[in-house]
Amino acid sequence: MSDTTLEVQGLSTHFLTRAGVVRAVEDISFSVGRGRVLGLVGESGSGKSVTGFSVIGLVDPPGQIVRGKILFQGRDLTKLDERELQDLRGNRIAMIFQDPMMTLNPVLRIDTQMIETVLAHDNVSREEARQRSRDALGMVGIPSPDERLVSYPHQFSGGMRQRVAIAIALLHRPDLIIADEPTTALDVTIQAQILAEVQKLAREVGTALIWITHDLSVIAGLADDIAVMYAGRIVESGSVAEVLDRPMHPYTHGLIGSVPSRNARGTRLRQIPGMTPSMLNLGPGCAFRARCARADAACAADPPQSAPSAGRTLRCFHPQLEMTA
Amino acid sequence: MTTWMLRRLIQAAFVMLVMTVIVFIGVNVIGDPVEILISPEADQAERARAVAALGLDKPLWEQYWRFLSGALQGDLGRSFVFNEPALKLIAQRMPATLELAITAVLLSVILGIPLGLYAGLRPNSIGGRAIMGASILGFSLPTFWVGLMLIMVFAVQLGWLPSTGRGPTRELFGVQWSFLTWDGLRHMAMPALNLALGNIALVLRLTRAGVRENLPMDYVKFARAKGISPNRVVFVHVLKNILIPIVTVVGLEIGGLIAFAVVTESVFAWPGMGKLIIDSINVLDRPVIVAYLMMIVLLFVVINLIVDLLYTVLDPRVRLETKE
Repeated sequence: MSDTTLEVQGLSTHFLTRAGVVRAVEDISFSVGRGRVLGLVGESGSGKSVTGFSVIGLVDPPGQIVRGKILFQGRDLTKLDERELQDLRGNRIAMIFQDPMMTLNPVLRIDTQMIETVLAHDNVSREEARQRSRDALGMVGIPSPDERLVSYPHQFSGGMRQRVAIAIALLHRPDLIIADEPTTALDVTIQAQILAEVQKLAREVGTALIWITHDLSVIAGLADDIAVMYAGRIVESGSVAEVLDRPMHPYTHGLIGSVPSRNARGTRLRQIPGMTPSMLNLGPGCAFRARCARADAACAADPPQSAPSAGRTLRCFHPQLEMTA
Repeated sequence: MTTWMLRRLIQAAFVMLVMTVIVFIGVNVIGDPVEILISPEADQAERARAVAALGLDKPLWEQYWRFLSGALQGDLGRSFVFNEPALKLIAQRMPATLELAITAVLLSVILGIPLGLYAGLRPNSIGGRAIMGASILGFSLPTFWVGLMLIMVFAVQLGWLPSTGRGPTRELFGVQWSFLTWDGLRHMAMPALNLALGNIALVLRLTRAGVRENLPMDYVKFARAKGISPNRVVFVHVLKNILIPIVTVVGLEIGGLIAFAVVTESVFAWPGMGKLIIDSINVLDRPVIVAYLMMIVLLFVVINLIVDLLYTVLDPRVRLETKE
């Protein structure tokens, strides 16, 4: 097996609404290797979640993948039919959602929701499926998994529910997990525990991970690579160390600058001026130019993707090389 | 759980008691049965004798007291007209109404839920739109008119089904039922459908609304992301969530169908309780009216209790505390 688990090439996912075309994801490319963690960062509405749903084939209508390839272990997922995708989902590709309070079915017991996942992909006995569910609960650090199996979701706290969701995602030891802001709704201590566990799993099992978030501090500690999304495009990508230490895109600078830090106590928090543009009928040109101090007439054209150094990509005419300290 | 049951039973008893007062005063307000029951040629002495025999010469509170103490011993009075215990009269007519109402409820669930699921899953398809359009008719067409049309088409024009009556019956548990014979079923088909029509529409619309509301929820997407089959997503994950409002409505409708099958029973000359109550109101047969209304109150109280218990089966979040 090659070392690249997932390779996305020129993916575009559009929503054909009555009001016009929303280019939620436009011509993005990235790849994730075995056991690697890719952090997908951006503001709300930048297309991060749609990217995740595109990979797993669960974009809701009127959204559809209009261009591009999603190569998962060499197979193009955009060419598969619903039945073949169903076989992959939960099995080779799993997803963890943002809000743990909403992802588990409130009226079904945990064992029902776990066992059905096992039985959907493996031809095993109910008893063995239960056994595996129990082991998965134990693996994500849920105490007394036997008792917890027969509980209902409302009997768990938010953090516990997210652990259950992660346990479900791990049931088949998938090759790829897409985690869509899975720790956003949790408090920091639980967030840290879950991050540590996920990182351990990625290393031990060799699972590739796409971690979608708007929280740069999470990415800094967890991811190997980072892709920064703005208005449906990846504006900058590269290894975490490179991008966070030497960001080039003015938007990445802005994101890093708006993380509150301890040594800047008492000073005003820096923010990126303006708002994210409406995704509806977004015209050509750099979408960030209205908020960018470096923008000029050249930015009215689409900035092409460049590779400033090995393993890095950038979409900007005027990269900002010095740090804004 | 026991405390809960006990509290509910006390509440139920209180509701029944309040109802006896309301009903008793109510029937005394609507008219004087003596005027109807006694021939206009009767003289004053005969009249006084009849009034005394019916116990109507006593003051209202004393009549009520006698009714209440009788009721506690299971005696709801004797019919003025038939001179038989009111309860016995009602019990004789009850199986006919019960089987009609239960068939109607079954029809509304068996037809309403699948049609609602279809309309909810394919809201923009021609079939889905047709179902929703037809459901408006199910709501708005008056029962008596639909009943007459059914008779016109299936009994008069096509001659497939008998137009009136209950048909042959067979005994089960000491009661005569017509659903046990083929001809009885044929007699029941039209009145049951007639009675069910509004409820099919109601269950269908509720189901559809539930599906539309639940499909965009995260738990549905998560279930799909687990790779389980679309059928399981709909019939296990979604259906169990939308059953809660459906159970509430169907429960209340059972009561409504039993209590107020009057129109359908009249159109199809179905010998049930509905016809009995209409006849009794016409002759102001007070004990039968009171007994009937008390029965209906009891019925609703019991149904509500069952619905509450069903909730706890369907929705773990309202499960009653068993601890302590």
